[in-house]
Amino acid sequence: MSQIKNFTKGFIKDNPVFVLLLGMCPVLGVTTSAMNGLGMGLATTFVLVMSNLVVSLVKGFIPSKVRIPAFIVIIASFVTIVDLSMAAYLVDLHAQLGLFIPLIVVNCLVLGRAEAFASKNNAFSSIIDGLGMGLGFTFALTLLGGTREMLGSGKIFGFSLHAFPEGIDGMLVFVLAPGAFIALGYLIAIINKLSNKTA
Amino acid sequence: MAKKADTFINMVIALLVISAVAATTLGYVYEATKGPIAEAKRLKLEKAIAEVVPEFDRIETIMVMPTEGKDSLTFYKAFKGEELVGTAVKTYTEKGYSGRIWIIVGFTDNGKIINYAILEHKETPGLGDKMDPWFKNPEKPKRMVLDKDPAKINLTVSKDGGDIDAITAATITSRAFLDAIDRGHKTFMSNQSNGGN
Repeated sequence: MSQIKNFTKGFIKDNPVFVLLLGMCPVLGVTTSAMNGLGMGLATTFVLVMSNLVVSLVKGFIPSKVRIPAFIVIIASFVTIVDLSMAAYLVDLHAQLGLFIPLIVVNCLVLGRAEAFASKNNAFSSIIDGLGMGLGFTFALTLLGGTREMLGSGKIFGFSLHAFPEGIDGMLVFVLAPGAFIALGYLIAIINKLSNKTA
Repeated sequence: MAKKADTFINMVIALLVISAVAATTLGYVYEATKGPIAEAKRLKLEKAIAEVVPEFDRIETIMVMPTEGKDSLTFYKAFKGEELVGTAVKTYTEKGYSGRIWIIVGFTDNGKIINYAILEHKETPGLGDKMDPWFKNPEKPKRMVLDKDPAKINLTVSKDGGDIDAITAATITSRAFLDAIDRGHKTFMSNQSNGGN
């Protein structure tokens, strides 16, 4: 597989959110605004790239029966690094994403890529795979977050669009949990429609 | 690439080495970020104190057990010169929609609310997190808690027969918020009547 294809597959063809439907917990939980989606996506991307890289480097050293605990320790370490660094240097965003950062550990996207890709490929391909998948995840989360923010509070990245009449903040349901399911459903339908056309 | 055989010793060594490297790295990152994290927390608290009491040049901190509740509240007594200009009370409630809410409320000497700031909460974004502007809007006197004396008004939401209008679609959060203020106020007043210490 060429590296370009390897990189771009994460965006549409194998998009972790819209096509593979992996890592739904942060997808539904944090996407109340575009900024939260972007922050969560980038944090996950960092963990994906780093864990893919390390897993591909140590894969010859790990007996296959204990590979899962080994991968989990590697992933959990990077998540903790992200968590601590964000608490120290990105205080506001960390306060917003709160509980969801530690949950990147159990995001099946990260373990899934370590198991399905990084443990079988070389370091460079693994970084590219992690980057592509991570950015595809970020793209999906930002899109979903943006949609919910726009419909739910009439803003995008915190800037008011003045799309709703005076005195109405937006459709509250989109900020709440049910709105996440509704918006995600429609986005998946749209993506399916678009990718069928090109296929 | 040939995988290591699944022997007992290989598995132990692999997991041991990975865990040791991970532990060392994390220990290092923890040490490196400990300072900035504490600093960020301190800055946030300082900013909040400055927001809820008038200008001061000296702070005296005391811990006080609340009239009800398990954990102690922190009083930040703000002095300008020798004069006590206000007391910022760091108070909490267990009644939040999802977990404890920490707020800080500034009181004058006789217990009027000067201002408040939200320190920590896990309320629903877009609903409960409107606490910050909601209760301090000068154009909406029925929501306003600033410049009021909780001893003289009924500090509960209007649904429960009180004097304060709750946040639209976030009554639970509003009740919790007022509960936190009430806890702070009662503790502050009983502390005052006990001679201030």
